[in-house]
Amino acid sequence: MILNGLDLMVNQGEIHTLLGTNGAGKSTLAFLIMGREGYQPQSGAMLFEDKSLLELPMYERARRGITMAWQEPARFEGLSVSDYLTLSGGKVKAEKCLKQVGLEPKAYLKRSVDKTLSGGERKRIELAAVLAMQPKLAILDEPAAGIDLLSLDEITDVIQAMKKAGSAVLLITHREDMAGLAETASQLCGGHIVCHDQPEKVIANYKARRCERCDGKTCHYE
Amino acid sequence: MGKRATMNDLDQLYEAFRQIGEDPTQILTPETAYLVAYGHNIVGMQSVPGVIIVPERTKDGIHASVTVLEGYKLEQPVHLCFSLFEQFGSQNIELELTLQPHSLVTFWSHCIFTIPEVARHAMMAQINIEEGAELIYNEVHYHGLSGGIEVVPRAKVVLGHLARYRTDFSLVQGRVGKLDIDYSVDVGKEAVAELTSKVYGHVADKIRIRERIDLNGDNARGLIKSRVAVENEASAEVICATYGNAAGARGHVDCLEIVRGSGVVSAIPEVRVTHPQAKVTHEAAIGSVDQAQLETLMARGLDPDQAVDVIVRGMLC
Repeated sequence: MILNGLDLMVNQGEIHTLLGTNGAGKSTLAFLIMGREGYQPQSGAMLFEDKSLLELPMYERARRGITMAWQEPARFEGLSVSDYLTLSGGKVKAEKCLKQVGLEPKAYLKRSVDKTLSGGERKRIELAAVLAMQPKLAILDEPAAGIDLLSLDEITDVIQAMKKAGSAVLLITHREDMAGLAETASQLCGGHIVCHDQPEKVIANYKARRCERCDGKTCHYE
Repeated sequence: MGKRATMNDLDQLYEAFRQIGEDPTQILTPETAYLVAYGHNIVGMQSVPGVIIVPERTKDGIHASVTVLEGYKLEQPVHLCFSLFEQFGSQNIELELTLQPHSLVTFWSHCIFTIPEVARHAMMAQINIEEGAELIYNEVHYHGLSGGIEVVPRAKVVLGHLARYRTDFSLVQGRVGKLDIDYSVDVGKEAVAELTSKVYGHVADKIRIRERIDLNGDNARGLIKSRVAVENEASAEVICATYGNAAGARGHVDCLEIVRGSGVVSAIPEVRVTHPQAKVTHEAAIGSVDQAQLETLMARGLDPDQAVDVIVRGMLC
């Protein structure tokens, strides 16, 4: 069992950071919420705006306002950045979204979302796509991975902009500076939430490798 | 300069262009060279300085000789418009295309078969691209929904020293019917060839693509790229062969095929090296749509059918 006894709530207009070592179950939790194929809870409830998500396929969850920026986003031959950013109806203009993630629209709108983009460019375009959708819940899986140090501030601004637009943000990250953006945070260890508090306390707990269940060693799945 | 077609001659073609969303007045302009044939009738022809077009009706069809003169670099493309506007018919075309040294030209071959129920379009092309010349040859097919069209393109291409050849074949509008491509390219010293084919088969369409590049000159370069999608009961066989026969020759074969429903595809990237300093690589992927792509689009609210459509259209665009 990868996740067990998990209890987590993210409020509208709130950033919630999820911290944990590799393999703690962070991405698994994101996939469960998004409804990825092969990721179904064996028991328990998952509510979004008081309605169960369990029976809904991924696209229905997206249509209700949940979306995700993938840690390693897929690439699409022949699909332009412009079309990619307007797939979901384009609540926010593609140009504006690109600018927000630090990409010049003129240089990118006509490019394909394919392997000619660097990893960092592709990650930014993924964030821009989330911005364009203006979701109610944005799940961001390691949004800063692969982004150069000089551009991290732009990514921070993007996450703040999502919050400002009213989105709830579930932020999965290893970066202490990014985790600090949140109002609340949780630490996952071995599929359990072992600490849920203000970000600075959770960060301190995480850095000190404190876990009451495994005494600082990474919990094993049960 | 050749004989210019009158509007009456071209009315059917203009209407056909409009129906497929193209503006004919932007294609057949007074500044462009073109050749227009309905079946075996040569309806219109125009040359421009630097291009000599000599078409003739033969016993079995049409023979066209096109020569781009040495050193001419044409800014406007040359248009070849091949169509049939009857329910049944055939079109056999022999094309002799020569690019003299250091010339440069782009061809657009518009093959419009939206009207016929049953028809055959066969092309036999002999293309010589001489030293330092460059040819871009785009062939776009527009078919109707009958499934009764048979397309048989054949090309033998020879590239001289430092010549460049890029061809892009596209049949993604309407039913394919039956397609049987066979191209072979002999690439000379320091010359470059790129072959791309994009085909979308539906219902019971049958697709066969055989493309071969022989890298015969030192430092020759070759790329074969195939993008084929099939759905329903359609089938495709794709054979892309590259042979590295000279020092420094580099080739790559890239096949990507998507299967939907009960479609069947086989892709065979064939690579052979006969010179120790040549290198040829290949990649091939056949199957249903990539799951990561599908999920990325579904996370934006597209249902599975919409997502697959976006992926396939992107691949074939």
